[in-house]
Amino acid sequence: MSSVVAEHDDHHDHGPEKGILRWIFTTNHKDIGTLYLFFALAMFFVGGTMALIIRSELFEPGMQFVEPQFFNSMTTMHALVMVFGAVMPAFVGLANWMIPLMIGAPDMALPRMNNMSFWMLVAGVLLLASTLFMEGGAPASGWTLYPPLVLQTGDALPFAIFSVHMLGISSIMGAINVIVTVFNMRAPGMTLMKMPLFVWTWLITAFLLIAIMPVFAGAVTMLLTDRFFETSFFDAAGGGDPVLYQHIFWFFGHPEVYVMILPTFGVASTIIPVFARKPLFGYTSMVYATSAIAFLSFIVWAHHMFTVGMPIAGELYFMYATMLIAVPTGVKVFNWTATMWKGAMTFETPMLFSIAFVVLFTMGGFTGLMMSVAPSDFQYHDTYFIVAHFHYTLVPASVFILMAAGYFWLPKWTGNMYNERIGRLHFWLSAISVNILFFPQHFLGLAGMPRRIPDYAVQFADWNMISSIGAFIYGFSQLIFVWIVFDTIKGGSGKATDEVWEDARKHSLEWTLPSPTPYHTFEKPPEKIPTEHF
Amino acid sequence: MNELVAQKNGKLVKQLLLIAIGMFGFGYALVPIYDVFCEITGLNGKTSETAVQVSGDYEIDLSRNIRLEFVTSLNKAAPIEFKSEVNKLEVHPGKYYTVNFIAENKTDKALIARAIPSVTPGLTAEYLEKTQCFCFQEQKFEPRERKLMPVRFVIAPDLPDKYKTMTLAYTFFDNTDRKLNKQK
Amino acid sequence: MKMRKQLYSGFALLMLGLNSAQAAYTLNMTKGVTEISRDVYDLHMLILWICVFIGIAVFGTMFYSIFHHRKSKGHKAAQFHENTTVEIVWTIIPSLILIGMAIPATKALVELDDVQEAEMSIKVTGWQWKWEYEYLDNGIRFFSTLDAASNAARQVGSGIDPNSVPNYLLNVDHPLVVPINTKIRFLFTAADVIHSWWVPALGWKKDTNPGFINESWTYVERPGVYRGQCAELCGKDHGFMPIVVIAMEKEEYAQWVAEKQADIAAEAGAAEKEWTAEELMAEGKAVYDSNCSSCHMPDGSGMPGTFPAITDSSVVTGEMDAQIDLMMKGKGMMPAFGSMLGAVDFAAVATYIRNDLGNSVGDSIQPKVIQSLQAEVASDEEDEE
Repeated sequence: MSSVVAEHDDHHDHGPEKGILRWIFTTNHKDIGTLYLFFALAMFFVGGTMALIIRSELFEPGMQFVEPQFFNSMTTMHALVMVFGAVMPAFVGLANWMIPLMIGAPDMALPRMNNMSFWMLVAGVLLLASTLFMEGGAPASGWTLYPPLVLQTGDALPFAIFSVHMLGISSIMGAINVIVTVFNMRAPGMTLMKMPLFVWTWLITAFLLIAIMPVFAGAVTMLLTDRFFETSFFDAAGGGDPVLYQHIFWFFGHPEVYVMILPTFGVASTIIPVFARKPLFGYTSMVYATSAIAFLSFIVWAHHMFTVGMPIAGELYFMYATMLIAVPTGVKVFNWTATMWKGAMTFETPMLFSIAFVVLFTMGGFTGLMMSVAPSDFQYHDTYFIVAHFHYTLVPASVFILMAAGYFWLPKWTGNMYNERIGRLHFWLSAISVNILFFPQHFLGLAGMPRRIPDYAVQFADWNMISSIGAFIYGFSQLIFVWIVFDTIKGGSGKATDEVWEDARKHSLEWTLPSPTPYHTFEKPPEKIPTEHF
Repeated sequence: MNELVAQKNGKLVKQLLLIAIGMFGFGYALVPIYDVFCEITGLNGKTSETAVQVSGDYEIDLSRNIRLEFVTSLNKAAPIEFKSEVNKLEVHPGKYYTVNFIAENKTDKALIARAIPSVTPGLTAEYLEKTQCFCFQEQKFEPRERKLMPVRFVIAPDLPDKYKTMTLAYTFFDNTDRKLNKQK
Repeated sequence: MKMRKQLYSGFALLMLGLNSAQAAYTLNMTKGVTEISRDVYDLHMLILWICVFIGIAVFGTMFYSIFHHRKSKGHKAAQFHENTTVEIVWTIIPSLILIGMAIPATKALVELDDVQEAEMSIKVTGWQWKWEYEYLDNGIRFFSTLDAASNAARQVGSGIDPNSVPNYLLNVDHPLVVPINTKIRFLFTAADVIHSWWVPALGWKKDTNPGFINESWTYVERPGVYRGQCAELCGKDHGFMPIVVIAMEKEEYAQWVAEKQADIAAEAGAAEKEWTAEELMAEGKAVYDSNCSSCHMPDGSGMPGTFPAITDSSVVTGEMDAQIDLMMKGKGMMPAFGSMLGAVDFAAVATYIRNDLGNSVGDSIQPKVIQSLQAEVASDEEDEE
């Protein structure tokens, strides 16, 4: 590994290569970041298309478009593509772009591994997508891949599992890169407690990834050997237990959802202070709260399994532990509110998305708190109530913040301002339609509609139709963002200043650089570290 | 990037890779950990997979009656006729009982099948001590063979007072195909 | 024949219960019909209101700030960024609220866990994609599948308006019948993959795990028809295995038990008589639709790669013995129907698939023959005893 790093030295003095090879062989953190972001955006639309197929079928009762098995494949693939193909890579892309800029490093610590990690992601996702065309169809057992059901998958099973392995290795490499970069590449004077919160949250996320992705890889390997090599980890017939898989899966799965939300917290904590023109309130408590959330994520997994038949002591423990998460999460929300308090706020698109994030994520948090109560969860579990819950914590939270990050840093990346009016249009359409899409799903779940069903009883018809309408408005409004991206690259609404946002220079290092960001930055470490958040 | 940083990076990468590999192993370690955990907490009502060695007789507690139900199931409708001679029994803790289960191969081929026990409430599983059970090993059935399979057990007298009903369930899994694959 | 009779009696029972538990358009969780379900509802409402209250406080503060502390109104940014007292306060207050929530939650959980001293036990087995109910106290055992009307309407492009089907997707051929004011213990297991048994009016759901047994209990207070669904993704027809529980007065229930037991006896009698091919075909179609069509498709075309077609199948158009043998013992994902179907239903569907769905072999089999095949096992046992 060390030789890889040492050789990197001679890359410094030239700009990007020309043509397609630049993108295939690049080891430049900005290029790789760009690749990740575009790939994630493309997958966002692939996963979104699957979601629209689901919502089309659910538009009214009766089966209109797809067979139930294909419907199940769609719910499964929608989740896998969105989690592993869109949200996680998008944050890795942001990490690649922003972490070196924010800590004053010339590049990521392991540039070649960085390149490999990206292309392995692409291969993994393509392999996953190829299962759609295999005999017996793509996996249709939900993204949780519970046995014994998942073992009934057709030819696709080994390919899906191998694809999970590749995605896992890719994530682990990305995570190692982040940790090494943050630990070893910080500019002089950039102590850990002076790092922007985005770097902090990503550092914690990277540790989560290293801890959980191998466990998931182990779980799916056990599935593979159960199916093909006569082991019986999860097969009662050989003395195994299908519930064991659920424990292993959620040991991975719960931290995994935090992998998607912790960097979200980081970006929000970066954007809100800039537009409130105030330092972030409670920087230290934010760091501790994030660490506490990450720690708690390892000891609450079985709250996904309250109905599986646990002894009461287990149910009580997991209920109490889960409730505890509300405390550090609450601290974060209060801190963001306090950051806005008595600020001098302006409401450009990144700020609008961030405020919507705080409000709508908190709503997802409330339903999460409701579900932590085990007896009530016996009713909520596996209904549309939980579908509403986790979509509130992923779409108007993670995805909104990714959009906010796009608007926030596009001027820095491209050197051009995006079109503010169109940006706001995108925001208002998204913010309204996402609620039309997901809010009615709370009612559906409480009224008794199970999740993952292709057709439903007629009393659920009205809210499903409203939800589907919201889905289509939301889905198509995201095309505006694609337009914004290309328009901004082409020139947008004029040149951006180096600082882009008023006094942004006080908050973080990237705003001290020229816009657009030069291909190589901080070859000499920065002289002054911004300390606005103290 | 200077040589020193590169060295530091290499060392950290190795450490992190070790953590990742260790966590892969931890995923596998969860399997035995889970079994131990199940035994302690009665999760899933797993009973001991080997016969209990009884050192001496328990004192029979005639003052308590436990209703013990016997439930039989067939996974994927395995071609076996499977039932218990009695559906339920009123038992005293500390006293030994024998209950016969009857299983019959309904096909003209030999079968290899295994019965998986499960006890509910899960927390009582550890008090149901079996000295003899057909579930300890796989059962081979000749074509149309009918077997009488006794289970000998005792309920440990230290079973907490609040438990008055217990269920002992067996599910027969037809493992013939798995065994054939293994031999190939 | 028998099938149709049960369908009619099922409908009659549904009429009885319509006034009390018609699933209606609703926004909130049901209060249900048991003490537990009311406790769960109260807990749900308590926490919902706590959340609403906190939400109003936090969002209120935030929006006050958004309206007043904006640059366009000339507000100058304050520069405070830390206040330990405040941080401690907003860590401790939520913790106290959580403790307040945990107390009633623990109470409800302990209550729900107390399965002991039930008056009767029902074993529920999840199958792809139906439920099997076995009354451990009187030996009644039957399968419960999606009703024929819903099943016809739910096929892709069926052209049937779901609104025209009563209780679309929430109706079954043989509902579970239970007495009210009785502590009933449920035992759950599954025969293939994991399912989850959920009737919202009872206040809980429970997973059914293959090879393992779970338990729960209920004490229904009001007669009525309570509907639910499988809640754990269990494959293709996960959305089409509803649950119907009919709760009735104890006397009525006793009557139902007697009738059900008489039915079982009558079924044996029906198998004795000579059936015409037409009778078998008519009966066979109903059996096919509720037991076979979900995998082999209503038109017998199967699903390539997963479920073989009936139409032009070499097994179905070949020797009848081989076909009967396969149906009796099952194969792969196909369960052994020998122990799941009565002799009449078995003979009827065996005849039906040979002479419809694009096949026309022209022969038929009598229930009597099936009965003797099924009885081979049973009679052996009696001899030995």
